[in-house]
Amino acid sequence: MKLVIAIIKPSRLEEVRQALNSLDVHGMTVTEVKGYGRQKGHSEIYRGTEYAVHFLPKLKIEIAVDDAIADSVSSAIRDAAQTGRIGDGKIFILDLLAVTRIRTGETGASAL
Amino acid sequence: MSLKTSKILGSAALASLLLALPAFGQEVAAEVPAAIEEVAAIDTGDTAWMLVSTILVILMTIPGLALFYGGLVRSKNILSVLTQVFAGFALIALLWVTYGYSLAFAGPTEGGLSAFIGDFSNFLLGATGPDSVSGTIPELVFVVFQLTFACITATLIVGGIAERMKFGAVMAFLAIWFTFSYLPIAHMVWSGAGLFFQMGALDFAGGTVVHINSGVAALVAAIVLGPRLGYMKEPIAPHNLVFVFIGASLLWVGWFGFNAGSALAANGTAAQAFLNTVTAPAAAALAWALGEKITRGHASALGAFSGAVAGLVAITPAAGFSGTFGAIVLGAVAGLVCLWAVVTLKPMLKYDDSLDVFGIHGIGGIVGAIGTAFVADPALGGFGAEGYALGGQLVTQVLAVVVAIVWSALVTLVALLIVKALFGGLRVSDASESDGLDLSTHGERAYN
Repeated sequence: MKLVIAIIKPSRLEEVRQALNSLDVHGMTVTEVKGYGRQKGHSEIYRGTEYAVHFLPKLKIEIAVDDAIADSVSSAIRDAAQTGRIGDGKIFILDLLAVTRIRTGETGASAL
Repeated sequence: MSLKTSKILGSAALASLLLALPAFGQEVAAEVPAAIEEVAAIDTGDTAWMLVSTILVILMTIPGLALFYGGLVRSKNILSVLTQVFAGFALIALLWVTYGYSLAFAGPTEGGLSAFIGDFSNFLLGATGPDSVSGTIPELVFVVFQLTFACITATLIVGGIAERMKFGAVMAFLAIWFTFSYLPIAHMVWSGAGLFFQMGALDFAGGTVVHINSGVAALVAAIVLGPRLGYMKEPIAPHNLVFVFIGASLLWVGWFGFNAGSALAANGTAAQAFLNTVTAPAAAALAWALGEKITRGHASALGAFSGAVAGLVAITPAAGFSGTFGAIVLGAVAGLVCLWAVVTLKPMLKYDDSLDVFGIHGIGGIVGAIGTAFVADPALGGFGAEGYALGGQLVTQVLAVVVAIVWSALVTLVALLIVKALFGGLRVSDASESDGLDLSTHGERAYN
């Protein structure tokens, strides 16, 4: 099993959700995060004092998937989240050791 | 019955009532003369207006000023600001009633220290009851109206010391400063025996008493306290400009009570002051926004709100003395000068007046006090007294401003040193400051 972690622009969430839906992936966890890569921040001015804001708002999506579909999930996310401009984000794939469904106690692939 | 019929009947009823009035009048007339002697002094219209003005000025402080400041600090410190303003209001209110009113307005009209301060003859309002009259209103209304001015002046200083001072120290400092800076200056400007009053200084609603007084105090306090941790190194941005907006709007609307209420009557002067309180801040807000757009590239929300406050401050001493056009010019000038003070002067002098109390109230008050000399000039549409001379008035205004600055600065310095000794330091520890005063001082979170 794999854990797919994607950092995307907040405005792309709905597209990514729909893309994953069509792959029959129906669960995900979304967190609001701040970060930067190559995208520079911006500056804000309050009463003449200028602040460089380095961190930009992003969304982190985490999805636990079967090994077999990890790559297609990653591609689907990439296609849906891409805008072509700097700051589109990154996708990480980690090995997932174990999964448990809390309600029923199921483990492994059937808990995904 | 039809509409027409009922109209006719109604008119007939009204007519017969009106015709009967003289008869009523004659019956009542015999009993009126004795009562008229006592009651004639009170004008119910003036009284009602002054009661409303008092409420408006209270709203300026709670929640106006509290929210205006609250939104400007970081979220971890908002409760500390709200509490300092709220508790400060309560504290000064009690001190005012106990001895403040007496020292500000009671006492001999000449001799001794009467030019600088009153006496304790009206301690605990012993000499003032519900039947006492001041002008055309009950004296108690005047007492409460003036109470609100004392409260907002003291709580204005909170802006200069925000996010780093011990709560007890803030309260002790406000009490001492109120006693030795606010009361004497209020006496000197507004009491008939007072030094500036005798000099002929014009301060309609408290440009010197309220704004220069508190602005200078905030500056001195900011310097003595030292800057907040991380000042000029990390971003310390306002956490909620929506609160700042609400606060600024409450300040503007409440200011009608502050300025127009200072006419102490519901009359033409109040009306002019009222109008000036619309136009000056309007001009100032737009001037600040425009100035910001030209010099920094953006007209900001915070700039517009701050500009309006600067305009309100500047028109305060001139409210009842300025004509309509003069108010607009004064407002625009204040907007630009205060923009400069906040954006250029403050970073140049490197002081951490957290919420720009000096930049807006101090500088705005100075602009207003000196500007009053110009806009009060009858030649410029103003309402200066007979025999008004621009040159002489200008000198008087400047003199009053300088004395107020020096006095307030000195009192603030001494008060802080006393409080520092009493509390073993003015600032909270570095760790407490980093955690935020809400948690470390008050044990609370504003947002859960």
